[in-house]
Amino acid sequence: MSAVFYVASAIAVVAAFLAVTRSNALHAVLWLLVALFAIAVDFLVLGAPFLAALEVIVYAGAIVVVILFVMMMVAGPTASRGQERRWLPPRAWILPSLLAAGLAAVTMIWLAGAGGPAAAGTVIGARQVGMLLFSDWLVAVELASVLLLAGLVGALYLSSRSEGPARTNGRRPQPRRPWPDADGRGGASD
Amino acid sequence: MAAVPTGHVLIVAALLVCIGAFGVLLRRNLLFMLLSLEVLLNGAALAFIGAGSRWQQPDGQAFVLLIMVMAAAEVAVGLALFLQIHRRVSSLDADALDSLRG
Repeated sequence: MSAVFYVASAIAVVAAFLAVTRSNALHAVLWLLVALFAIAVDFLVLGAPFLAALEVIVYAGAIVVVILFVMMMVAGPTASRGQERRWLPPRAWILPSLLAAGLAAVTMIWLAGAGGPAAAGTVIGARQVGMLLFSDWLVAVELASVLLLAGLVGALYLSSRSEGPARTNGRRPQPRRPWPDADGRGGASD
Repeated sequence: MAAVPTGHVLIVAALLVCIGAFGVLLRRNLLFMLLSLEVLLNGAALAFIGAGSRWQQPDGQAFVLLIMVMAAAEVAVGLALFLQIHRRVSSLDADALDSLRG
């Protein structure tokens, strides 16, 4: 059980370091994905199966996909097949795949063996976490929902195609229309 | 769960936090700064999980849940800022944003 932790931690640290030091953003995201999976296995070993699942779903699923989405938007619409092939040569994805496969193998051996997480006896499951969250930590949950709402509104406002109010150059600020016009230009142009 | 000493968990968490802080400080591409921030937050989350497992309390996991909420909100706002900066400056270099005038 602790061997799984050390293997997964080594993979997490190496993958995180490589993710931070790559020059190609796409390769960095691949390494980040491996690091997140390894950290999820760490959570599982430490008796937090609920958080391990959330780590995979929220981080490796939602957040990484959103980052990739924005990266593709910035890269522009010129992504032809040849360019995609140049972005991902085999040496860019074979090593992350090997590390992820090793991680999966170690986890599978651990889960299939006798000393799985059920045998550890100290697993803190979703039930206990939920009981705590919705009794003692209720205010924190409400604050988290307000934070998510603020993030949503902020992202919606910032990603609208409008110039900021500081761009008026001394003129009276125009009433702002954050939504693009019918011809695609932004509102409140100056 | 005595198989993994809490100190070792904290060492791994500290390594992840160091890698993330290193990335935030040294990389100048805004996208890489966001990625490094994710690594940093995951290091902190690992420390919380390790502590929760050490004292057998669900508080650590509940806090990691809040960290995830914070990371999701941060990524949403950060990527929206990233797109806006890319639209205005046509650069992803954080050092290109050296003026505060509008």
